[in-house]
Amino acid sequence: MSNLLNVSPSPHVHGKETTVNLMKGVLIALAPAFVVTVLFFGYAAIIITGVAVLSCVIFEYLIQRFILRRENSVNDLSAVVTGVLLAFCLPTNIPLWLVVLGSLVAIGMGKMTFGGLGCNPFNPALVGRVFLFLSFPVQLTSWPKPKGFLTGYLDANTGATPLGIIKENYGELPVSEIMAMDQMPGYTDMFMGRMAGSLGEIGALALLIGMLYMLWKKIITWHIPVSIIGTVIVIAGGLWLVNPSENADPLFHLLTGGLLLGAIFMATDYVTSPMSSRGMIIYGIGIGLLTMVIRRYSAYPEGVQFAILIMNSVTPLINMYIKPKRFGEEVNNG
Amino acid sequence: MNQLNNFTKGFIRENPVFILFLGLCPALGVTTTAINGIGMGFATTFVLIMSNIVISLIKNFIPANVRIPSFIVVIASFVTIVELTMAAFMPSLFDSLGLFIPLIVVNCLVLGRAEAFASKNNLITAVIDGLSMGLGFTLALGLLGGVRELFGDGSILGWKFIQGDGMLIFILSPGAFLALGYLIMLSNKVKK
Repeated sequence: MSNLLNVSPSPHVHGKETTVNLMKGVLIALAPAFVVTVLFFGYAAIIITGVAVLSCVIFEYLIQRFILRRENSVNDLSAVVTGVLLAFCLPTNIPLWLVVLGSLVAIGMGKMTFGGLGCNPFNPALVGRVFLFLSFPVQLTSWPKPKGFLTGYLDANTGATPLGIIKENYGELPVSEIMAMDQMPGYTDMFMGRMAGSLGEIGALALLIGMLYMLWKKIITWHIPVSIIGTVIVIAGGLWLVNPSENADPLFHLLTGGLLLGAIFMATDYVTSPMSSRGMIIYGIGIGLLTMVIRRYSAYPEGVQFAILIMNSVTPLINMYIKPKRFGEEVNNG
Repeated sequence: MNQLNNFTKGFIRENPVFILFLGLCPALGVTTTAINGIGMGFATTFVLIMSNIVISLIKNFIPANVRIPSFIVVIASFVTIVELTMAAFMPSLFDSLGLFIPLIVVNCLVLGRAEAFASKNNLITAVIDGLSMGLGFTLALGLLGGVRELFGDGSILGWKFIQGDGMLIFILSPGAFLALGYLIMLSNKVKK
């Protein structure tokens, strides 16, 4: 923090909301999901997360030091959060050099190109993830089966995610039969995290605990996660009520894929989400809508990543049109 | 104007793609490989030189009100020559460039040089300008295609030296924007 920001007219009330404290809070909120992923995917999850965090921090330091030649900003922990989030949306059996490449893209392309923390229009972790996803579709869509703590790194035994199973059999079998397939996890398993998927997206319960923690600590407000999840429930529920043999129920859409991880941790990124609460709700509805459109009508099984990036790009527009009333401004009572 | 200066301006100082941002549509569209980029560059160079010659010769006879349509007619005739020649002698390149060959007609680089330069300068200067701009365009497209081919496919000019798949994103259109952005950054660094 530059010293300029500390100079203000009295009275001085010093808030504890520094970047470091907020980032620490996010990391604490991510901890339960990390525990769940280690329990189900084994030490590979620790390796991937470690490599992602380490390379994000190193790349940020190197770019800051040698290319931008600015004050070192690694200590604000935002690179650590980016690293953890990037690792959380990768499968555990991904080659490590891809993790390093993803970190380079996330930090170098997603964040530092635009001028560092606070200037990036897109969520850096998602930029890294989508870059990898478009570049290496094979490696990014082979998901290891959860086998417990002793699952080896690069375990060859892979399976499809629940959303992938639905997309694969879509149109050939009614949804009730797809749901009854052996490889499809039950709802309890989905809720606890026993299913194939990216590191951090599997444990719905753990992610919800993280959300409650962040709400309690006032790190995020309820607007974005609730509007995203609400929109998904409304759309999925509507489709399900109209045609239950072709559409999965809302609970399925809620528990599978990266929806909770995205809604709670990625869409709420301060830099890339709107500032006013009305703006946040519009932004959340947009993400929920795009997610369901991509999940239901496109070739991709999962759409949260694209939905968040697309709405990130709309954020400046939302900020421009939805301005909170200034104090003392005349209110038009019609 | 100093003719040497006129010739060198197209490469870095006034590079049509990196500095003037002209002709970005083919620059982003066809540069999946270096060969495609260079082929497109030379086709454009030919059209640029020929249209600059003709326009600089007939500039005094064209009424100002209809100059743009007249330029387009001149450009379109040379593009047709390029298109037919390429279809006859380089069918594989013609296939991979596809629609972008007839689209040279509306390339803002060609029309831009005709309007801004050839119609105001004498024959020799206009020819050198066309050559300079065309070679600068070829250089930019070759570089862009080379970078995309290198990262997207692991090969240079079709010679594959990294086995397996490259980063697919560089073959797809987002890769064109990314590569162009970083090349512009580098060229700005070089220009300083």
